[in-house]
Amino acid sequence: MDNYQINHLRELEAESIFVIREVTAQFENPVMLFSGGKDSIVMFHLARKAFWPARVPFPLMHIDTGHNFQETLEYRDKLMEATGTKCIVKYVQDTIDKGRVVEEKGYNASRNKLQTVTLLDGIEDMKFDAAMGGGRRDEEKARAKERFFSHRDEFGQWDPKNQRPELWNLFNGKKNMGEHFRVFPISNWTEMDVWQYIYMEEIELPSLYYTHKRKVFERDGVILAAAPFMTLRNSEEVKEMNVRCRTIGDITCTGLTLSEANTIEDIIQEVAASRVTERGGRADDKRSEAAMEDRKKEGYF
Amino acid sequence: MSGKESGYLDMELLRFTTAGSVDDGKSTLIGRLLFDSKAIFEDQMEAIERASMRSGGEQVNLALLTDGLRAEREQGITIDVAYRYFATPKRKFIIADTPGHIQYTRNMVTGASTANVAIILVDARHGVLEQTRRHAYIASLLQIPHIIVCVNKMDLVDYSEDVFNTIVKDFESVASNLSVLDVRFVPISALEGDNVVTRSENTDWYDGPTLLYLLENIHIGSDINRHDFRLPVQYVIRPQSKEFPDFRGYAGRIAGGVLKKGDTVTVHPSGFSSVVKGINIFNKELDIAYAPQSVCIELEDDIDISRGDMIIKEGNGKPLCIEQDFDVMLCWFNDNNMVPRGKYTLKHTTAEVRCMIKEVKYKVDINALEKNSDNQELGMNDIARVSLRTTKPLFFDAYNTNRNTGSIILIDEGTNETVAAGMIL
Repeated sequence: MDNYQINHLRELEAESIFVIREVTAQFENPVMLFSGGKDSIVMFHLARKAFWPARVPFPLMHIDTGHNFQETLEYRDKLMEATGTKCIVKYVQDTIDKGRVVEEKGYNASRNKLQTVTLLDGIEDMKFDAAMGGGRRDEEKARAKERFFSHRDEFGQWDPKNQRPELWNLFNGKKNMGEHFRVFPISNWTEMDVWQYIYMEEIELPSLYYTHKRKVFERDGVILAAAPFMTLRNSEEVKEMNVRCRTIGDITCTGLTLSEANTIEDIIQEVAASRVTERGGRADDKRSEAAMEDRKKEGYF
Repeated sequence: MSGKESGYLDMELLRFTTAGSVDDGKSTLIGRLLFDSKAIFEDQMEAIERASMRSGGEQVNLALLTDGLRAEREQGITIDVAYRYFATPKRKFIIADTPGHIQYTRNMVTGASTANVAIILVDARHGVLEQTRRHAYIASLLQIPHIIVCVNKMDLVDYSEDVFNTIVKDFESVASNLSVLDVRFVPISALEGDNVVTRSENTDWYDGPTLLYLLENIHIGSDINRHDFRLPVQYVIRPQSKEFPDFRGYAGRIAGGVLKKGDTVTVHPSGFSSVVKGINIFNKELDIAYAPQSVCIELEDDIDISRGDMIIKEGNGKPLCIEQDFDVMLCWFNDNNMVPRGKYTLKHTTAEVRCMIKEVKYKVDINALEKNSDNQELGMNDIARVSLRTTKPLFFDAYNTNRNTGSIILIDEGTNETVAAGMIL
């Protein structure tokens, strides 16, 4: 590479930092959504970079389905304490208790879809006017058409056919009262970029991403973690296996990968050799061809 | 660069846009690049195979990869700009895939605004058409530094060298009337894979590179302005903490040029000068910074600086323009027509002002590539030279000097929609 040229990760970093700073400058009351997954961890790392030596000037918000991996919660609390950041937690259980949503039943019951209501309620209650999320355009085909600054109407809905054109570095965050924006600072990152960046910046991750022994069972070719709230079919049996998470969501819909990867280098090797997308193991995307598009229109992450 | 940033992490980022209509095989070409560079995963491939069978196709339809929304799959069209990603050991690529039919100009302009390279597809059977001229014009208007003309479907013209040469000649004559900087031509078949990733034996008369080789090797180091330092101030960082009681940093993304610690800079609009005390990215101190890095700089003197101000380095480069009246090439993006003498919010770098449309000097007939001064109406997808007046002076460069400091968008004050994009002349 020439002088005065930066590599692809540094260029993506510069773009994301620009977007995060732009949110802080254009909105009154922004929030950053935090799931404890690698994408939101990287996004939060970028936010710390954007404002150093000042603290991150907005809170984080975690939508807690109650069906979490314990490791994620421990990691979250440790990180918030170490960085002096405020993290608001909103519980899907509260939304259920208030009768705002009805819990799904059956073997594939998941709170994944219910989260959307908790999320939108959280945004409305706290009067957030911009919510930053770790969504990436390479994750799923409906996300490929998402803007950095994505306008949501007063119902929190996304209208994919009527998006604002986004040119150069000029982001239009103008809105009416009651509307809000979803902003995706790492839109242009791929799964591989995220892993390479974690390696380059030596970012600490929840232990779930590395190989560990866990009680699991198989369903429709996907390995799922055994947990008290998971209902097993008669044919399904719990086994102990060496697995790791390639993506972290709710326990009920996070597929695990058989893996011995112990270090970030191992993981990068594994991702490079992998022939299935990371969302290939996500039961929430398999519900229909347009599952993600439908959830996004309603106001999903 | 050292340690972890050398080796396989040391890749450049190249952004390109693809122009072509539905039948030019644009989606097939993108599918081919993704497929041959192994950016398509098994689960995606299975989904495409299933969908191809359902629509009765014989071959796997790689075009289905790029149709993301339900309405698009149902109607077999692309509605919006979609972004795709792939990487080779040399470069990471971001494709802005723009649809060929409805709202064409709006989408191509959007995709082109950040591109290093435009791929223009020409059907070998049809040659240079009106729409090819339109694509070339937009690429030149948006000053995309490199154009690669892919003459596609060579398999359907028996890989004829004459057909290829005629198209090259015709395109060059179109380009001679435009300000295009760098044009290359490649004969390809996206369907068969000729000269996309691997050299084709069917075109033994062609001794140029394949498309992928060009994408991997085209020199993009000079695409950014390296001469005139510009930092639009985005955010002022003041921790007021025990550890950093007096820290005052000016954060932003460098829009052009190079800055070194100790350099003298001037701040607009105040006009005051100061010396750069420090440059940092996070807790890392830098001696030198350049576009397109996002940095935070400290100055020796306490000057009143806020968002929307511009920090520059005076030197032997081009002087910064400070004007309230200027002309732009404006692309209209909205169903509501432009209001003559109407007032709009204008965004330029990190600054925001109000502006008034003073005059439409001429409209560009994008098909004939002619100027038309009779018609002052500006509607969806129209392009025109327009004079603007802003409420406050803007600090800018001409678009052809610096794309970052020479571009604007207009926002409707009633609907909040982005209604136009402009390149400052």
